[in-house]
Amino acid sequence: MNSVAFLLIAIITLAGALAAATLPRLIHAALSLVVAFVGVAASFFLLGAEFVGLVQVFVYVGAVAVLIVFTILLTRREVTGERGVNWGGAIVALAVFGGLLWTIFKTKSLALAAPQIEPLTVKRIGEALMTNYVWPLQCIGLVLTAALIGALVLVMEEKREER
Amino acid sequence: MTPTLQLFLIISTALFSIGLLAALSRRHAIFILIGIELMLAAANLNFIAFWRFSPEPHQPTGVLVAIFSIAIAAAEAAVGLALVIAIYRHYHTTSVDKLDQLKG
Amino acid sequence: MSSWIVTNLWLIPAVPLGASFIILSLVNSRRRTAAALAIIGQIVAFVFAITAFLPTLYLPGFRAIHNFTWFTFGDQALRIGWMLDPLAAAMMVMITLVGLCIFVFSVGYMADDKNFSRFFSYLSFFSGAMLGVVIANSLLLLFVSWELVGLASYLLIGFWIERPSAAAAARKAFITTRIGDLGFFLGMLWLYHNSGTLLFYDQGRGCLENAGLLAIGASATFIALLIFCGAVGKSGQFPLHVWLPDAMEGPTPVSALIHAATMVAAGVFLVARVYPLFSLGAVNGVTPSLTVVVSVGVVTALMASLIALAQFDIKRILAYSTVSQLGLMMVSLGVGGVAAGIMHLIAHGFFKALLFLGAGSVIHGLHHEQDIRKMGGLRWIMPVTFLTYAIGMMNLSGVPFFFSGGWTKEEILHSTAHWRVSPLPHYLMLAGVILTALYMTRQIIYVFLGSARNTDFQSVRPAESHSAEAATTTENISVVRTDQRPVFHAHESPRVMTMPLIVLALCSILFAFVLTPAWPWFHAYLNGEPARVDFTLLIQPMLFFSLALVAGGIGLGWLIYRRIPDPLARARPGLFRFLENKMWVDEFYEQTVITFSRILARLADWLDRYFWDGLVRLFAGIGQALGVLSKGFDDHGINAGVDETMSGTRGFGRLIAAAHSGQIQTYLGAIAIGMLLLLVLYAWLG
Repeated sequence: MNSVAFLLIAIITLAGALAAATLPRLIHAALSLVVAFVGVAASFFLLGAEFVGLVQVFVYVGAVAVLIVFTILLTRREVTGERGVNWGGAIVALAVFGGLLWTIFKTKSLALAAPQIEPLTVKRIGEALMTNYVWPLQCIGLVLTAALIGALVLVMEEKREER
Repeated sequence: MTPTLQLFLIISTALFSIGLLAALSRRHAIFILIGIELMLAAANLNFIAFWRFSPEPHQPTGVLVAIFSIAIAAAEAAVGLALVIAIYRHYHTTSVDKLDQLKG
Repeated sequence: MSSWIVTNLWLIPAVPLGASFIILSLVNSRRRTAAALAIIGQIVAFVFAITAFLPTLYLPGFRAIHNFTWFTFGDQALRIGWMLDPLAAAMMVMITLVGLCIFVFSVGYMADDKNFSRFFSYLSFFSGAMLGVVIANSLLLLFVSWELVGLASYLLIGFWIERPSAAAAARKAFITTRIGDLGFFLGMLWLYHNSGTLLFYDQGRGCLENAGLLAIGASATFIALLIFCGAVGKSGQFPLHVWLPDAMEGPTPVSALIHAATMVAAGVFLVARVYPLFSLGAVNGVTPSLTVVVSVGVVTALMASLIALAQFDIKRILAYSTVSQLGLMMVSLGVGGVAAGIMHLIAHGFFKALLFLGAGSVIHGLHHEQDIRKMGGLRWIMPVTFLTYAIGMMNLSGVPFFFSGGWTKEEILHSTAHWRVSPLPHYLMLAGVILTALYMTRQIIYVFLGSARNTDFQSVRPAESHSAEAATTTENISVVRTDQRPVFHAHESPRVMTMPLIVLALCSILFAFVLTPAWPWFHAYLNGEPARVDFTLLIQPMLFFSLALVAGGIGLGWLIYRRIPDPLARARPGLFRFLENKMWVDEFYEQTVITFSRILARLADWLDRYFWDGLVRLFAGIGQALGVLSKGFDDHGINAGVDETMSGTRGFGRLIAAAHSGQIQTYLGAIAIGMLLLLVLYAWLG
């Protein structure tokens, strides 16, 4: 694994995430979120999970980010009265970060290098999905359908009441 | 130096904390959703990293869990954004600190 | 074929359950679809039940099981499963057939109810849960279904939720049966602790097979008695019988299906199912736990049939007769006549459902009049109901030859006669037979014979009854509502209600032919032996004796109750009031259990007021005596203390309220902090 690539990806991901979390304008934040997602997808590639990386790009960059932008457009009329940062939340986030870091450094067995593996092909993932994981797959399909219908109902019902 | 599991975990921890920061400190409902998406991405990164560094990477469990998790996250984003729109229509605001009907 | 049905036995309860959920998800306006779905579900379940019943016919003592792992925790696997044996198969056929009749009946009975489809959803749900109880091969699965049945019963008793009495009755039923179920649950835990499995049969390793029974050993008596607690609660045995008569607040089809034919019999079924636990270590067929079963059954049977003599609500009489018949079944199980008890259970399922539906038809025809003193003379107005009701009454009274109830009662009397501990149950049960004939005669005379006592019902002559029959119920009700002085028209029920009555009546008669001592096919089927035909067994002294008893009971009833108002009430008013008020059991509980908790509360109050307060006063007095504190300390100190506590409570409340800011981010932050604390804790310990 290339450490230069790792460093680059890490910087891009974290910078994008930080921008997404702190930029005052919502649309800027949404675009930075895309950068962060691309970074995460790149680190999936680096880890040898190319398929998940592609799914990440398709789903997050292609769908979720676009959804967020649409939502921003739909709710734009509001004046963005964004007041200063909520310091309480920042402190909690920092504390969680510190706590997690502490446990990571405390666990000595984590400093291991990656073993050599044969590439994980889409065929194998497909086989796994259709054999051992077929029930979870069906359930996920059901959940997605329910979410689709639920989202539609949520958005439509309110509209009818307004008229 | 090649990246170790520890480094990946640190990155994902940082990502998670940034997501938590966004979810906790911003007023706009969409920021909370962005924060949640970041936290989920961090969790996925963890799954993939643990899979890659596990003693038996020929079992694609981590990868499959990550795929399922992405699917769930997509569903969650769709419903969450629909909720934001519905709330906006109803209360004419997307600022979460004005939504305090459950105040005790 | 037979193996297919065994592995797919789950379909039988699943079909009505599925129908129930589909109905529930439909809009309430689709009344026809709801009823059709429920009935189709029941028919499918009935067909499956017959399919399951067939293989058990070929082999005597057929028993097929299908077990599987439900989930694993650690290195332990929790296994559940279902079984098919004669007991389960016969119960399934009975439940689905009676259920089907009652479903069809309900279409007519509930036609005007606004929650029609909800009713059918609950009925289907009940049917599925009850079938689950029957097929379970695991005490856990049985318990789960058992509780689902209880839930369905609760929902259906309180179906007319707008009536306070129905809501109270539902609550009473739920809480009372819960007391028994607690015992059941403890027994189950104990059983699991000792035997390590909850499966009944598991190729020699189940808890009812030799190895399991060996592991249970001496504690079997206590486990059996704890499980019996559950049966006492569900089957309305003394002292937990108080809920069953109140459960008649539910719609009559519910009373017929749940509180007469099937659910209340679940207790008897449970005892029969875990019978090896009861009979473990039996000497001459007698164990302490079985003796308890007999005593409870005898007390219940006699008490309930005495109370039934003095009730005036048509459904309550039947409710008490159900309690008494269940007691009789318990006696039969206790004295060792398992097959006899189950036979009576099945026969009782048919004829008691018939009686309740008949009562429902009467109530429906009289526009929800339930007081038998205001009935009378209905034999001409409701001929079908009268005939079928009379058949049900013959069954219940135990008239032999053509009525299944007579043969099964005979069988039970036989088994009690052979009990070695004491002849008392036998004689008491003989007395019970007379009492049963007596109160059923009384009811039939009150309801159907004589002349109509309520002038409101007199307007209809037999010739007119046809037009009344044609008129739909809705019209009748609108008549009632619009007129100032209501004009009632008693009428025979529509075809959809009389057909189930006829089917059930036929069932209870036809069933008699496999029960006779000449060809005791059903008895042999349950015991797993081949049946022999021997007509000489038909002639026994016992048979004539009990025939004489029944005839005596009916004749006595005829003599006594020819004249209405109740002669017993005039001759022994005190005794009658005692019985009419259900032997004051409810009042007794009010005076003991409920008062006890009230007294405890008073005691705590008193302690608080005088003892602790007195201590404080004492210290105050000491302070006063020392002259350190002023005279007003007593009042001020204590008042201030109370005020302090009050403001403390209020402040704490405000503190907690403040935490509930309604701000989602605050909650999220709290979750994050909690997670962090857990993380640190684990890192610290690990």
